[in-house]
Amino acid sequence: MRFSFIAVSLGVLFGASAQADDDVYPVVSDPLTASACGECHMAFQPQMLPARSWKAIMQGLDNHFGEDATVDTMAVSKIESYLVANAGDVGWDNEILRGVSSSSTPLRISELPKWIDEHDEELPANVWSRADVGSKANCRACHRAADKGYYDDD
Amino acid sequence: MKKILLLTLMFTGMAFSNVYAQSPQSVVLTFYENLQREQAVDFKGFSSERGQNLFVSAFSDGKPDIPSCTTCHTPSPTGTGKTRAGKIIEPMALSINNARYTDTVKTEKWFRRNCKSVMGRECTPREKGDFLTFMMGQ
Repeated sequence: MRFSFIAVSLGVLFGASAQADDDVYPVVSDPLTASACGECHMAFQPQMLPARSWKAIMQGLDNHFGEDATVDTMAVSKIESYLVANAGDVGWDNEILRGVSSSSTPLRISELPKWIDEHDEELPANVWSRADVGSKANCRACHRAADKGYYDDD
Repeated sequence: MKKILLLTLMFTGMAFSNVYAQSPQSVVLTFYENLQREQAVDFKGFSSERGQNLFVSAFSDGKPDIPSCTTCHTPSPTGTGKTRAGKIIEPMALSINNARYTDTVKTEKWFRRNCKSVMGRECTPREKGDFLTFMMGQ
């Protein structure tokens, strides 16, 4: 009786963790990544882009979407290792990467087909120019707990 | 021998008291002052007024959507700013944010990044010293 209770509990636990909820992401757990990437924008969860994208981003910090975001070489290598090890195509069945061709290297999360679907369906086009939003990189304008990994719709 | 030891101790003591007498901000400012002195023998000190002018001026060689420091930092040194990606920027004025300008490496990093964004070039040591002098007096 007791054994079956444990078995059922484990089943529930594992069932829940294997079924990735596309609105929930792990918190950025590397302090260097969290602080360095979080200086100008929210530190985005590495699961949102494939490993090749993070490599390209980390090798192009001198022109990071038009900004100089350079850090010292030691930091580049540590941050890149963390991002690549936790990338969205590494041991993670991630809905947000659906539709991304393996030959493309997206540099913006907001360019992903799934991201566009999720945001275009529900939102007016002028939402991005609203003063309290301002940018598609400003996840927390609407997803208040995005930095904690929660991207619920409301 | 004794004399040498005594002299060494005296100088070590002076060096230590000097370090402890300086605020972290003055260490940062001295860094730029030394750089500027290397470039200009007739260096006459930094100017808060020039620093203020730098802060509020609009430039045309940087990113078109960030013509001025004030675009993100607000026109007031005591204002809380916002990056274009929505992050809060703590005020620049030292009087209400004394965590500012305590670390030369960090200060240099932000000058490098932000001067390029706003002005399309790196700032000179004099511009940096002027800017810091202005912000440290705010």
